Amino acid sequence: MRNNDRTKLLDEIRAIEFMTVELNLYLDTHPDDQKALNDYNSYTKQLMALKDEYQRRYGPLSNFGTAVSDYPWAWINSPWPWEFD
Amino acid sequence: MWIYEKKLEYPVRIKNPNPKMAKLIITQYGGPDGELAASLRYLSQRYTMPIPEAKALLTDIGTEELAHFEIVGTMVYQLMKGSSPEEIKAAGAADYFVDHGHGVYPQSAAGNPFTAAYIQSKGDPVTDLYENLAAEQKARSTYEYLIQVADDPDVIDPLKFLREREVVHFQRFGEALMKVQEYLESKKLF
Ligand SMILES: [Fe+2]
Repeated sequence: MRNNDRTKLLDEIRAIEFMTVELNLYLDTHPDDQKALNDYNSYTKQLMALKDEYQRRYGPLSNFGTAVSDYPWAWINSPWPWEFD
Repeated sequence: MWIYEKKLEYPVRIKNPNPKMAKLIITQYGGPDGELAASLRYLSQRYTMPIPEAKALLTDIGTEELAHFEIVGTMVYQLMKGSSPEEIKAAGAADYFVDHGHGVYPQSAAGNPFTAAYIQSKGDPVTDLYENLAAEQKARSTYEYLIQVADDPDVIDPLKFLREREVVHFQRFGEALMKVQEYLESKKLF
């Protein structure tokens, strides 16, 4: 089931997360690049805030103790990635 | 420990099923240059990497490849979804259908089941990193071939994303190889 606001926020999360993945791999082989590190930290803070917002509105993105759940156990009900997200 | 995130690294929204294309794209799920092989290769090789940069890089690219494994699995699932056995047969994918139905199974486009024989973990960091450079190029070629035979923008778009990632991984492995070689040289000197 497509929910446009949810999908929009998820796309935003994906875009910021992509920057963190890309910078992370770069920093693995350039650990002394201060500018890249600053960018990484700044994107990471943005990403954490967006994920918090998403999880408050639409339920957990992650499990195993990384996000609290409403009653009943919300993990099983939000859409799975292979369904349109 | 790994933590699952309930979302794709890159979205897949295929509106028109295409079992023939599913049967080709499956090769990046469980074929010789596919994402499962990539992930397994890097996550296995990382134990014997001698420097922190390389241990981190293999862990992180190995993890990103798992996200790609999920993107490709999603593409196959959506391409098979909703097709009747007649449509699947007409599309030339009846062989896949009789073995796996609408399921997602790690095999190559030619139908060979996934095998660890696709990968190597040699315990020699230089050898392993050279293998990875080649592996990233082979995956890039495969994505290019898939893009050449695809005609649906919903399919081509995620394939292009995946192709780009292989280019970036190749670049990073090259840097890691240089650092490992520098490290091994410095050990010889002292
Ligand atoms: Fe890769």
